[in-house]
Amino acid sequence: MDLKDLYRDVILDHNRHPRNFGRIEPADSRAEGHNPLCGDRLSVFVRLEGERVADIRFEGKGCAISTASASLMTEAVKGKDRTAIRELFDKMHALLTRPDTAPDGALGKLAALSGVREFPARVKCASLCWHTLNAALEHGAATISTE
Amino acid sequence: MAANVSLATPPPLDAERVRRDFPILDTLVNGHPLVYLDSAASSQRPLAVLRAVEDYETHSHANVHRGVHALSQAATAAYEGARERVRRFINARSTREIIFVRGTTEAINLIAQAYGRPRLRAGDEILISALEHHANIVPWQMVCEQTGCTLRVAPINRRGELQLEEFLGLLGPRTRLVAVAHVSNALGTVLPVKRIIEAAHAHGAVVLIDGAQAVPHTRVDVRALGADFYAFSGHKLYGPTGIGVLYGREELLAAMPPWQGGGDMILTVSFEKTTYNELPWKFEAGTPNMSGAVGLAAAMDYLESLGVEAVAAHEQRLLQLATAELARLPAIEIIGTAAHKASVLSFTMKGVHPHDLGTILDAEGIAVRTGHHCAMPVMTFFGLPATARASFGCYNTEHDVASLVQGLGKAREVFG
Repeated sequence: MDLKDLYRDVILDHNRHPRNFGRIEPADSRAEGHNPLCGDRLSVFVRLEGERVADIRFEGKGCAISTASASLMTEAVKGKDRTAIRELFDKMHALLTRPDTAPDGALGKLAALSGVREFPARVKCASLCWHTLNAALEHGAATISTE
Repeated sequence: MAANVSLATPPPLDAERVRRDFPILDTLVNGHPLVYLDSAASSQRPLAVLRAVEDYETHSHANVHRGVHALSQAATAAYEGARERVRRFINARSTREIIFVRGTTEAINLIAQAYGRPRLRAGDEILISALEHHANIVPWQMVCEQTGCTLRVAPINRRGELQLEEFLGLLGPRTRLVAVAHVSNALGTVLPVKRIIEAAHAHGAVVLIDGAQAVPHTRVDVRALGADFYAFSGHKLYGPTGIGVLYGREELLAAMPPWQGGGDMILTVSFEKTTYNELPWKFEAGTPNMSGAVGLAAAMDYLESLGVEAVAAHEQRLLQLATAELARLPAIEIIGTAAHKASVLSFTMKGVHPHDLGTILDAEGIAVRTGHHCAMPVMTFFGLPATARASFGCYNTEHDVASLVQGLGKAREVFG
C-alpha cells in the first residue's frame, strides 16, 4: 500500500484546483450526492443539448479523492452523449472495484484514480460523483447516497 | 500516614507494562507497529478479558436461570456474579438496579420506550444538550413522534462546553426527562453532570446520563451523582462488544412496564395472564449475553487493578501533551477546547480533509477516527463536515503522541 498510488500529482492538482467548479443556473438537470460515512456532499449540474452534455459543473465539500474525482469526471464527460458517458461510468466502476483490470485507454486522465482500489474504504469517495451524475442524467433530480 | 499519601496520589501507570496485557498492540499495520488512538470508538481488550471469556465458554457455558444441571448453575453463577461486579463498579445499591443490555444505545432506547413513551404527553419536554451522540438524540425524537412531547436542546459555546445558564433556563415545569452525555464523544468535553442532575431534580425531572465515554476515564458512583438512569457500554471499557449496562433507580425501574417480552422476563405465562419477572430480569427478555457479561466483569477487575484514578491521570497527561504538540502545528485546529476534557482530541488540518488525513495516518499504522463521530449536530455547529479524532486509553504512551505528530507531518508532506 503506497500513498503515492493514491495521492498522485494529478489528483492533488485537481483537489487544489478543481475544474468546472460551481453551478449552472438554470440547469437542465442536477442531482445531490451524499456520503454519510465521511460527510461528503456534492451537487452536479448539467446543461444538455439533445443527448449530449454540453456543460457540466459541480460544487460541494469533500476529501481530495472525492473532489479530484468529480473534477476529472467533469472534464471527461463534457461534450459526450449519454451512451458514451454510460460506457465511461462502467469503465470507471471496473477501475475502482476490480483489482485485476488494467486501466482502459479510453479513461485517459481518469486512470489516475486506479490507486483508489487498494484503499477499499475510499472507493466510495471516488465513485460518489459518478453516481450523482448518473442520477442527474437518469432521473433529472435526486439525492443519492453511497449508503 | 503512608496509606494516606498513597490514597491521595495513585502510583503512576506503567503504560509499557500495561501494553503487554493487550496482544493486539503487537499487530503490524501497513508495515508499522500499530499506534491505536481510537479507544473512544472501541477500546482493545486485555488478556484477562480474553481469558475470562474463553474460560466461561470452555468450562461454564449453558443457558442461565433454566436448568438444575451443573453447567446451567455455573453459567447462572457467572452471569449473576458479573452483575454484582458491575454493581460494585458503579456503587449501585442493589443488583436489581443493574440491567444487562447490548450497549449504551440499547439502554437509552429501553428508557425512551419503557419510561418515556408510557408517561410523556403533548406539552411535556425532554431536554438534551447540543453535544449528544446520535444515540442520545434519535431515541428521544422517536418518543416525541410517538407521544407528541417536545425535544429541547441546550446549546454549547465555541469551546464545546455546555452553556449551563442556558441549560438551566430551559429547565421548567414541562421538563419531564433530561438526557445528557457525561463526556462528549466528539469533543471530549466533560459535562457537570452532578450539577445538571441536582437542577433537573429540583424541577421534578428524571435524568439519564449517557456514560459511554465517561466510565473508562473516571470513577463513576451513581449514588453520589444522584443519577436516575446511567448507561454505558462494555466495549469502550476494555470489555467485549454486545454487552452494556443500564443502571436505574429501583423504584423507577419497578414502576416501568417491560420493554421486550419473551423468556426470562416472566414468572408465569398463560394465555389469559402473564406475570412479569422481578427486577432486573423483567428487562432482560431472551437468553442474555453471558460471556459478554463475564468479559465485562473481568474488564472491570482489570481496570481497577490498574486503578481508575491512575488510568485517568495517565490519559490526562497524554491529552495535555498531545494538545500542546498539536497546538504548535500551524495547520492544525483543535475542535473542542473545553476547560474540562477527557481522553478525546478532535482536530482538523487546513487543506487536508479528515478522511484523507485518516488514510495517510493509517498508512503509518496510526488508527484515528475520522468523520462526524455520530454527532452530526456538533459538526454542524462548528461548520465542519468531519474531524479527525485521537482518543487515549490506558495503553497509550508518549511515543503514540510522537507518532501522531510525525504522521501529521507526513500528511503535510503528501499534500504539499
